[in-house]
Amino acid sequence: MSESESKGQRFVALCMLGMLLFNYPILALFNVSGTLFGVPVLYAYIFIAWAALIASMAFIAESGGRQ
Amino acid sequence: MLHETAIVLTAFVYLGVLFAIAYYADERADAGRSVIASPYIYSLSLAVYATAWTFYGSVGRAASDGVGFLPIYIGPTLMIALWWVVLRKILRISKQNRITSLADFISSRYGKSALLGGLVTVIAVIGILPYISLQLKAVSNSFTILVQYPEIVMPAKIGVLATRQDTALWVALILAAFTIAFGTRHLDAAEHHQGMVAAIAFESLVKLLAFLAVGVFVTFGIYDGFGDLFGRVAAEPKLRAMLTPLEGVAGGYANWVWLTILSMMAIMFLPRQFQVAVIENVDEKHLNKAIWLFPLYMLAINVFVLPIAFGGLLRFPDGSVDADTFVLPMAEKRELLALLVFIGGLSAATGMVIVETIALSTMVCNDLVMPVLLRLRRLRLNERRDLTGLLLGIRRGAIVLILLLGYLYYKLAGEAYALVSIGLISFAAVAQFAPAILGGIFWKGGTRAGALWGLLAGFAVWLYTLFLPALARSGWLPLGLLEYGPFGIELLKPLQLFGLAGLDQISHAMIWSMIANVGAYFAVSLSASPSAEEHRQASLFVDVFRHEAGGARFWRGTASVPDLYSLLARFLGTATADSAFGEYASAKGLGWPDERLVADAELVHYVEVQLAGAIGAASARVMVAAVAKEEALSIDEVREILDEASQVVVYSHKLEQKSRELEAATAELRGANERLTELDRLKDDFVSTVTHELRTPLTSIRAITEILLDDPDVEVEQRKKFLGIITKEAERLSRLINQVLDLAKIESGKADWVETRVDMKEVISDTLAAMDQLFREKNIQVEARLPEKVSTVTVDLDRMTQVMLNLLSNAVKFCDSANGRVEIALAEREGFLSVDVRDNGRGISPEDHETIFNKFHQVGDTLTDKPHGSGLGLHISRQIVEHFGGRMWVESSLGGGARFSFTLPTGAAT
Repeated sequence: MSESESKGQRFVALCMLGMLLFNYPILALFNVSGTLFGVPVLYAYIFIAWAALIASMAFIAESGGRQ
Repeated sequence: MLHETAIVLTAFVYLGVLFAIAYYADERADAGRSVIASPYIYSLSLAVYATAWTFYGSVGRAASDGVGFLPIYIGPTLMIALWWVVLRKILRISKQNRITSLADFISSRYGKSALLGGLVTVIAVIGILPYISLQLKAVSNSFTILVQYPEIVMPAKIGVLATRQDTALWVALILAAFTIAFGTRHLDAAEHHQGMVAAIAFESLVKLLAFLAVGVFVTFGIYDGFGDLFGRVAAEPKLRAMLTPLEGVAGGYANWVWLTILSMMAIMFLPRQFQVAVIENVDEKHLNKAIWLFPLYMLAINVFVLPIAFGGLLRFPDGSVDADTFVLPMAEKRELLALLVFIGGLSAATGMVIVETIALSTMVCNDLVMPVLLRLRRLRLNERRDLTGLLLGIRRGAIVLILLLGYLYYKLAGEAYALVSIGLISFAAVAQFAPAILGGIFWKGGTRAGALWGLLAGFAVWLYTLFLPALARSGWLPLGLLEYGPFGIELLKPLQLFGLAGLDQISHAMIWSMIANVGAYFAVSLSASPSAEEHRQASLFVDVFRHEAGGARFWRGTASVPDLYSLLARFLGTATADSAFGEYASAKGLGWPDERLVADAELVHYVEVQLAGAIGAASARVMVAAVAKEEALSIDEVREILDEASQVVVYSHKLEQKSRELEAATAELRGANERLTELDRLKDDFVSTVTHELRTPLTSIRAITEILLDDPDVEVEQRKKFLGIITKEAERLSRLINQVLDLAKIESGKADWVETRVDMKEVISDTLAAMDQLFREKNIQVEARLPEKVSTVTVDLDRMTQVMLNLLSNAVKFCDSANGRVEIALAEREGFLSVDVRDNGRGISPEDHETIFNKFHQVGDTLTDKPHGSGLGLHISRQIVEHFGGRMWVESSLGGGARFSFTLPTGAAT
């Protein structure tokens, strides 16, 4: 498997993970009252998950595929 | 302090700065030192996605339903994760085919169909109008609010303004002039607008900084950080529900999901996104950074949306919807900050409008107007010398027209919706391109008819479920249409088609339009087979990573270089045409102009691609076909070429393997041949030696018999001597012949070996007894040292006797003639017997120790010494000993006698 192929597969997997994270029912788990560091749980979850997703994308994009 | 003139002046100074940046970047590009060849500039230019809608609309949407605005940015993030697979492919295809716009891409994929390109253009223009009107509305609203300072009054409460004060119209006109200056200064064959990209990247920075500034001000200036702000929201009974906004809303999650999907499509297929991401891309590698930098930008610009929205809601519980972003700085008397926000919003709006209208004007020119004009024979466009002016004129006209249409939509329907809803209508329109494009780059089966019907069906549903209601709500169509359906048919109500209720308007429209679009695309594609042209384009697009060669393989016909040149010159100008031909010629190792340049398929394809960069694929095809007499390829021929191409890859792999195998076989053969040559040489040597050996005794026999024959008076004594020589020579002859036969038998493996257990002590004793007479004659002293008892060995008795005879007769022959002495020693060592035969003759020099075992080798100078034997004895002896697993060698030095030794394994039978 070429490097570009394995990179593509990692990205597809990541996209699927993202769809799971930002969808029912995972999203509903965080749709509760209460705060995290003073920020409502749902907002905090979305931004943290979003940032993690971007970090993973940066890692895959910059590191290259499976050797 | 915030006078109208000051605000207007600031806006114009800002636009002036933008223009200066664009001008500088264009100059640099002309000098060959591009400023936009950087992944960071590329990522920033992608942020043209964030428009005035982000700037004002997100806050408005957040103020009404919390996180509801986020799918518009999370969706793109998810899509960008797929960019490595999807956008990289689109980029490669577009570079190879010189795609100039979204319409060009679709038209080119489906057999360079002008009809399809035109349809895509119409859908894009109509679909994007609401979006452009949104920008005009946002800029004019923000301006209207800002000039009221220090009062904070919403535009809706000001009432109808006079035409002089109709800001939106002025904004539209100014932006049109600005876009023309940016985008149509000259005609570029690659459709790159470096100056525009640099300006857009700068605008992206400005809007991000402006938004972050106001966010920080609200969160940390007015309130005491996020905790304080959200704490106050939680304390407010009316707002508390917004902290868990997904609860209780009917279809809350479904809307969220549809909005995500819609935004995923939008980030790919909005004409301006396609423009910056694909057309303006200068290096595919920039994708690596953009893949995470652009999502990071979206994250950053969204962090403060909720704080700003909640800040506004806390401050004005009954406040406006849209304009919260700079209402707070105004309320806090931060004039400069308010002005910065206005500039940020202006950046967002102008950036979007400039790129969008440039993209749309390219489409209108290349895919709508030119194909029509070129087909109108009356205009005789084919004969015009220079068409560059016409092309630029069409584009400029299109820009003005699009902006005025945007303004018209704003006037007609703009007031009925909030900003976010207007933008989503456009999103839903461009989402209609998804099946044709995504299907087109991954599925070869998609046909022109399928794409056409899919787009038509999806667009029709969009018109009916989104565009129509927008007009109805603005009072241009009876509202009854929405409430009771057309002609009172409830099932056909535009907002609840076929009774589907409970979703918001956008999700509802997306469901029905996608069913219609995807359904028609696949159904029609599968119902008929594609034409040759479609088949070939499908393969070029889907397999873009497989064959890099491009479309030249598919062309067959005749053309002339001057014709092609003048065609290119007409559309691009002579300077560009000259440099294009020069580039092509130098790649061929020729100069330009050069008579040796041939108008072959490659040149024709090159010209068509260059032309496509200026007027679109469909038109370029028509124009090239007019000057080059093309022979149409049948679908079978296209298939054949494609099959050949893919088979060639397989074949070449096979060939490589074959050639490796052949090389190995050749090496083996060469080795075998060398061995054969060597054997052949040995055979020749053997034959010549044997004949030589045979001739010597024969010659002496013949000479003597001739003497006896000629001279009958030879004395008896003499005669006896002669007959003795004859007998000896005859013996020698027969011995030689026996040995040669023997050797041949042994070497060919045909010798009969009779193997028995043999006691070597007996063999030696018997041989010595047989030779006793000879020793006596020669007066040679023999000493045998034999042990009492030795193990037996498995050998052929006669052959072993032959070996002993040979060694002993050699010893007799070569030992000292006066005081001869021969010693024989038999000994048993571990696992083998050893036999030594030693003489006290003149010895053998070390260089002969191995050669004496060769065939016909005789020690000494053959010229002066009389040969003492056939030269085969030692060779045969060694063969015999080695046959039984033993070894034979000699130890000797000149003058010190020689010792021949051999060993034989005793075996397990001991």
